Amino acid sequence: MDYVIEMLNIRKEFPGIVANDNITLQVKQGEIHALLGENGAGKSTLMNVLFGLYQPEKGEIRVRGEKVKITDPNVANHLGIGMVHQHFMLIDTFTVTENIVLGSEPKKLGLSIDLKKAEEDVRKISEQYGLKVDPAAKISDISVGMQQRVEILKTLYRGADILIFDEPTAVLTPQEIHELIDIMHNLVKEGKSIILITHKLKEIMEVADRCTVIRKGKGIKTVNVSETNPNELASLMVGREVSFKTEKGPAQPKETVLSIENLVVKDARKVDMVRGLNLEVKAGEIVGIAGVDGNGQTELIEAITGLRPVESGMISLKGKDITNLSPRKVTESGVGHIPQDRHKFGLVLDFPIGENMVLQTYYQEPFSRKGILNFKQIYDKAKALIDEFDVRTPSEYTKARALSGGNQQKAIIGREVDRSPDLLIAAQPTRGLDVGAIEFIHKKLIEERDKGRAVLLLSFELDEIMNVSDRIAVMYEGEIVATVKPEDTTEEELGLLMAGSKKQKVGES
Amino acid sequence: MSANKAINILIPIISVLLGLIAGAIIMLVFGYSPVEGYKALWEGAFGDIYFIGETVRQITPYILSGLAVAFAFRTGLFNIGVEGQVIVGWLAAVWIGVAFDLPMIVHLPLAIAAAALAGAFWGFIPGLLKAKLRVHEVIVTIMLNYTALYIANHIIRNVITEQKDRTESVAKSASLQAEWLTEWTQYSTMHMGIILALVAAFLMWFLLEKTTRGFELRAVGFNQHASNYAGMNVDRNIILSMVISGAFAGIAGAMEGLGTFGYMSVRSGFTNIGFDGIAVALLGGNTALGVVLAAGLFGSLKVGALNMPLAGVPTELVDIVVALIIFFVASSYMIRWLLSRFKKEGK
Ligand SMILES: Nc1ncnc2c1ncn2[C@@H]1O[C@H](COP(=O)(O)OP(=O)(O)OP(=O)(O)O)[C@@H](O)[C@H]1O
Ligand SMILES: [Mg+2]
Repeated sequence: MDYVIEMLNIRKEFPGIVANDNITLQVKQGEIHALLGENGAGKSTLMNVLFGLYQPEKGEIRVRGEKVKITDPNVANHLGIGMVHQHFMLIDTFTVTENIVLGSEPKKLGLSIDLKKAEEDVRKISEQYGLKVDPAAKISDISVGMQQRVEILKTLYRGADILIFDEPTAVLTPQEIHELIDIMHNLVKEGKSIILITHKLKEIMEVADRCTVIRKGKGIKTVNVSETNPNELASLMVGREVSFKTEKGPAQPKETVLSIENLVVKDARKVDMVRGLNLEVKAGEIVGIAGVDGNGQTELIEAITGLRPVESGMISLKGKDITNLSPRKVTESGVGHIPQDRHKFGLVLDFPIGENMVLQTYYQEPFSRKGILNFKQIYDKAKALIDEFDVRTPSEYTKARALSGGNQQKAIIGREVDRSPDLLIAAQPTRGLDVGAIEFIHKKLIEERDKGRAVLLLSFELDEIMNVSDRIAVMYEGEIVATVKPEDTTEEELGLLMAGSKKQKVGES
Repeated sequence: MSANKAINILIPIISVLLGLIAGAIIMLVFGYSPVEGYKALWEGAFGDIYFIGETVRQITPYILSGLAVAFAFRTGLFNIGVEGQVIVGWLAAVWIGVAFDLPMIVHLPLAIAAAALAGAFWGFIPGLLKAKLRVHEVIVTIMLNYTALYIANHIIRNVITEQKDRTESVAKSASLQAEWLTEWTQYSTMHMGIILALVAAFLMWFLLEKTTRGFELRAVGFNQHASNYAGMNVDRNIILSMVISGAFAGIAGAMEGLGTFGYMSVRSGFTNIGFDGIAVALLGGNTALGVVLAAGLFGSLKVGALNMPLAGVPTELVDIVVALIIFFVASSYMIRWLLSRFKKEGK
């Protein structure tokens, strides 16, 4: 059997934790090989070993049958291994072409950069693989999906024929995911091999040929995708049955908690992003905001939480005006917020995870008294939350940065839910989480609802919106264009509403 | 985790050793004996009680200016203006010291407080500009260094004295010098300021690590977005950080004004206490204890160097050695890498 990549019995330790424990991964020439595992199972670590960012303690790596030692990413590049990281590594002020050729620029007479040739090269590769980009555009001006294509082109330009994708779809819209899947098919057709990390079983079923499942750092099994199904994959990964449909009773909405009237919010460029929006969320219900990214959802949430000024209109919480209050005042009046961008807003990555658990409450008793921190109380609290929310970390003293992406998210959710806010805003709460964790988070949201809290859920995943919400508010161009109940609608209808076909519908009925 | 801590301690030590070795090589190249040179250096710093007194006196302002830089740095700000804050602190302390005649218990604290306030105000300006208008603090603080220097000169010449080049000496009741200490150290210029410097180091540690205010300052230093999200007032913390940093620097100035010199003269150039503070903070890893140790090293080198010409080695060489040490600290990445290599081989 000709394997392009063989990672045999790889072991990688971090202080206090074995991230990879005797894992074997064999990738065939020309296949899409999925890597599946819970948050913190060790997927990224394994790929970082393959890409030369980490050195394994034990084990052997073979590329095209030859035993190799990958000491750093340059060696990986020479072996034809390319990696598309989850967090893009592009220079905003450079053009697409400049970013792609950076570090291996074609030179004129060995001196100046031959930009013409570079652009030509980029165009050629992008056509060959069906990766549509504008070679002259600045990175800061293009969409996330396009930025990702630039990352892919970067690896191809360096001659990679084994590509690693670490959670490429977590940041993409459904439309962009479709395009990426086409691109992956094209790449394989051209003879490339792909290792794909994703938590979305649907995607694995759709594109992958084989799938290796790892659990808590150990290799569990490699299966042929054609011979398996999502349920089997999920239970292999978690080690128990997972239900995809969240169980929940009917909502019992009570008094209005959040009420928004004629809200107008501008973005950083002073463009109106929220345009006269009206919305109500009652105690005991989950309202899901559906919409294509960029229709003002982010600005709406930032306005409610005090992170962005409100131009006009009113936001009130339990009848109290909270318009343009500071974030602290908003938090204190009873709002919890799971932010969309966990690295930027949710965590101080260089703080221990324990101290991140009191990021909004450090100044209150018992975490401090008269301005002096009480670390025992802080870390006791953190430990309790880490246990309750199953955050996998060597200890509560570990820097937040060292936690796997999914576990960082679980920590934030634990912190926000624990304050028992009257209004819980969850923006993309399950982005990057494994199916087990998603199930758990959904359960928590519903639990909060049943405790009589109001929950506002923002998600770009229609599945999630349909499964969890009691009411769905469709947001389009800064307004709520329709409010529907999940049991009365379909994903298709939602899709149409999100694309702005409300006026038509109203006319019909 | 403990392996990491060990590395963090090892790196400055190795940097210093490499700097000393490089210095030795340079001495050899220029035909001086490194053994003699370093012996003279050692004796010049610790040879007898007089030299020790001088060394301690030199360490004192370095601790405070190092704390000033480190404090700002820990909260994400680069305070290049410590130099200017030292100068205004020095001026304020001396001014109070010569202008009043009060009992010591009032006079001395008042003079020191004035120095701290002056430095704090000099830090407040760039802090405010950064917080409100997002003007980069490095540019403002550099300009304020010159402003401080020339304003101080003007005030000394035209306000405190009548066209003289230095002020009177400060009243005894505002002086940090103590007769018993001077006599004990065989008439060195050592003064009581070292106690203040050590207390300041403790305060910085306590404030940053143990208080809610420190929690905020550190959070803002690492991630302003998350701090804002968490309800902290980012602007206020930026200003506060510069104010506290400036206060440390101002007190460093008081050490010179009330201790070492007891007066202030018109200066043609900077004191360099503030600029050396940048190196001290860097070498000390921006922690309170680290700053105290690094200031100890810098002060010893500086004072010991005065003795090196006796061994025929020019003092300039010591500056080269110090520069080399900083160089090796700045390139600590390289040392970190080498260390991890050795660890791998060892396994
Ligand atoms: N640099 C590091 N230092 C210490 N521990 C680390 C480091 N990187 C990862 N870990 C730990 O190793 C384990 C595996 O992490 P890894 O990032 O590989 O998980 P993952 O499978 O990619 O998870 P996710 O799906 O959440 O991204 C986690 O427990 C994590 O805390
Ligand atoms: Mg990962």
